[in-house]
Amino acid sequence: MLPLLLAATASPVAARSQMGFSLGWHIVVACLGVGMPALVLFVEWRGLRTGEPSYRLLARRWARALGVLFAVGAVSGTILSFEMGVLWSGLMDHYGAVIGLPFAIEGFAFFIEAIFLGIYLYGWDRLSPRTHLLSGLPIVAAGVASAFFVVAANAWMNSPQGFTVVGGRLVGVDPWAAMFNAATWPETTHMILAAFMVTGFLMASVYAVAMLRGRRDRYHRLGLLIPLVLGVAAAPVQIVVGDWAARYVSTEQPAKLAAMEGLFRSGTHAPLAVGGYYSGDELHGAVHIPNGLSLLVHLDPDGYVAGLDQVPADLRPPVPIVHLAFDTMVGIGFALLALGVWLGYCWWRRRELPESRWFLRAVAVSGVAAVAAMEAGWVTTEVGRQPWIVYRVLRVDDAVNPAPGLGWGLVAVLAVYTALTVATVFVLRLLASTPVPAAPQERDVTDYQVV
Amino acid sequence: MLAAEPSVADPLATVLLVLTWAGVSAYVLLAGADFGGGLWDLLAGGSRRGARQRALIEHSVGPVWEANHVWLIFVLVLVWTAFPPLFAAVSSTLYIPLTLVALGVIARGSAFAFRKAVTELWQRRLFGAAFAFSSVITPFFLGAVGGAIASGRVPPGIAAGDVVTSWWNPTSVLAGAFTVGACAYLAAVYLTADAQREGQGELAEAFRRRGLVSGSVVGALAIAGILVLRADAPLLFGRLLGAALPLVLTSVAAGLASLVLLAYRRFTLVRITAALAVAAVLWGWGLAQYPDVLLPGLTLAQAAAPRATLLATVITVAVGLAVLVPSLAWLLLLFQRPRSTLSR
Repeated sequence: MLPLLLAATASPVAARSQMGFSLGWHIVVACLGVGMPALVLFVEWRGLRTGEPSYRLLARRWARALGVLFAVGAVSGTILSFEMGVLWSGLMDHYGAVIGLPFAIEGFAFFIEAIFLGIYLYGWDRLSPRTHLLSGLPIVAAGVASAFFVVAANAWMNSPQGFTVVGGRLVGVDPWAAMFNAATWPETTHMILAAFMVTGFLMASVYAVAMLRGRRDRYHRLGLLIPLVLGVAAAPVQIVVGDWAARYVSTEQPAKLAAMEGLFRSGTHAPLAVGGYYSGDELHGAVHIPNGLSLLVHLDPDGYVAGLDQVPADLRPPVPIVHLAFDTMVGIGFALLALGVWLGYCWWRRRELPESRWFLRAVAVSGVAAVAAMEAGWVTTEVGRQPWIVYRVLRVDDAVNPAPGLGWGLVAVLAVYTALTVATVFVLRLLASTPVPAAPQERDVTDYQVV
Repeated sequence: MLAAEPSVADPLATVLLVLTWAGVSAYVLLAGADFGGGLWDLLAGGSRRGARQRALIEHSVGPVWEANHVWLIFVLVLVWTAFPPLFAAVSSTLYIPLTLVALGVIARGSAFAFRKAVTELWQRRLFGAAFAFSSVITPFFLGAVGGAIASGRVPPGIAAGDVVTSWWNPTSVLAGAFTVGACAYLAAVYLTADAQREGQGELAEAFRRRGLVSGSVVGALAIAGILVLRADAPLLFGRLLGAALPLVLTSVAAGLASLVLLAYRRFTLVRITAALAVAAVLWGWGLAQYPDVLLPGLTLAQAAAPRATLLATVITVAVGLAVLVPSLAWLLLLFQRPRSTLSR
């Protein structure tokens, strides 16, 4: 393990690994930071309306977990700000002025989130129920806004706009145009929906495991149903938005699309390739749907799709990774959609959750699956942009900090994050395993401390 | 890739520099005290003896530390948007202490949150130790970064400075120690008033003593700092005794006044003078450097982003602060009321 790590400390591989690892870790918690507040507020509101202890206890227990997750999210997001300069000083030196604006706005959104989360959590028994509920709304709005602005900054790396370079000098900088670039809307919508899906399926999966262990009371059924409905409601929308995002990629980043599809030869009647392994400019063992890709991109079998043969060899992304990641994301996306159809069918017929253990098993794995799909999506877009950090403008190799010994940062980050992961899982399991009364009463609710 | 290199800075650049420095001050005065709370947690003694002190620290730090922490993000994004070459030079040369700061931030925040969620003694001790040690290490390296910039060891350009000696030198080590001391001092002063308000007179006395001791130590470090700066950072030293002299004297006066007020138990007033003493050091340093953002070699005019970016950033900060300030005021005031009137 150690020799492998040492070999990997040569930048920019180390820098990319460190960024990818810390970002990939943070984004799971960040998704929960975007999605969970809405669910907590929903159950709190239901609890206020109905007075039912199950809702009110769910609200408190979810809020307590949110408090821990938000803290971990806040600090694991901070290192990313440092890494923007520590690792990618070349990017920030050249283009900080172009792309800093959405980060600055995101900073304020994060501020609002942190302030109102403090008020919401610590004011639980100190504010009037109505004021307390209202104090949670800014957390939802700011969480979604944070996701929008930070992903807008990433979108700019895919569709760099809002500046001109003349003789090595930056002229005509327009930070607003940079922020609202061609990739911004499809990419941010895709990610915000992904955040709600990850939250919904992850939270539902916790209760599915409990129900598989025999806890089938109302508290657990609500704990499963409410997040699951959020997840399955987002899933079909996500597939439409994903299609929109892929169309954007097909026009703006043809090399990435070709890598996603493992398509080497350009041409009309391009087939849709599912699965398979790409090597030697060819996709092996894939299932080909004739005209599929041309139809998806152009709604026309005669539609022309550019392949990797249009891209100089040194500017091609690593196709096997991108194709696998893309297929993983799409495959899981459709599986989650199917889970929603299953739930919807049973609800339509019997107004009840499906009783079968197979349904609960499927929900139990849906959380991890949703996270895997989201990570695979990020691998698709980030690895698919290689070798560029800013598409067709700046290469990764030219953006990385050349300081000696930079790779040791990766070792330090891996060490700290190993401890962080163990501790986070331990604490979350501890919170989840705190016994839930079979039929919660008033006292069970008020005795559960949020902070 | 600078847009232009005018000799006089855009007034908007000066506005943003002042806002950035205000953000640094807010971070030091608010989040600094949270770090200081961690140091007192470390020194609170055994589990039984230190329990009440730790409870007070947790009670005071808990609701506000995340919001206080965001001032750091505020400063980072303002610097990289408005002064990209400054951000690139500092973060590339000082990547070692900055990475350690980032990891310290992670350890501090998560361990603090985890400690509240666990109940067994060994678990609370483990997370408590991580919280407390990182609360000391993080401000030390932040101070070392400040010392590196102040002593002119961060040249413009990417990774142009020495990656080790830039932050491991007399000025940086002293600045690191001074920052840890200032955090501890601020925390002691704030916690004294918090304990008094909670009706815990004995704890208030304990933190008052800690305030007097740490205040004296910080004062001694400041005097030592003047000597170190004269030998190690003559450029800044000369300027501190020039235009920045009134601020230096303000800091000295406020620091001495704080010790007197603390001795006479004026716990509310001493918050203001203690904060002023620390803030005056920061603004004295800032004024001494101005208009150079890196000494020597990078002026504000050279570091500033194009005007369109500066304008967009100023608008963002103006709108952002209009939402932020009342929200923050609500948060800070809500938890400054005595616990009895807040409880059910």
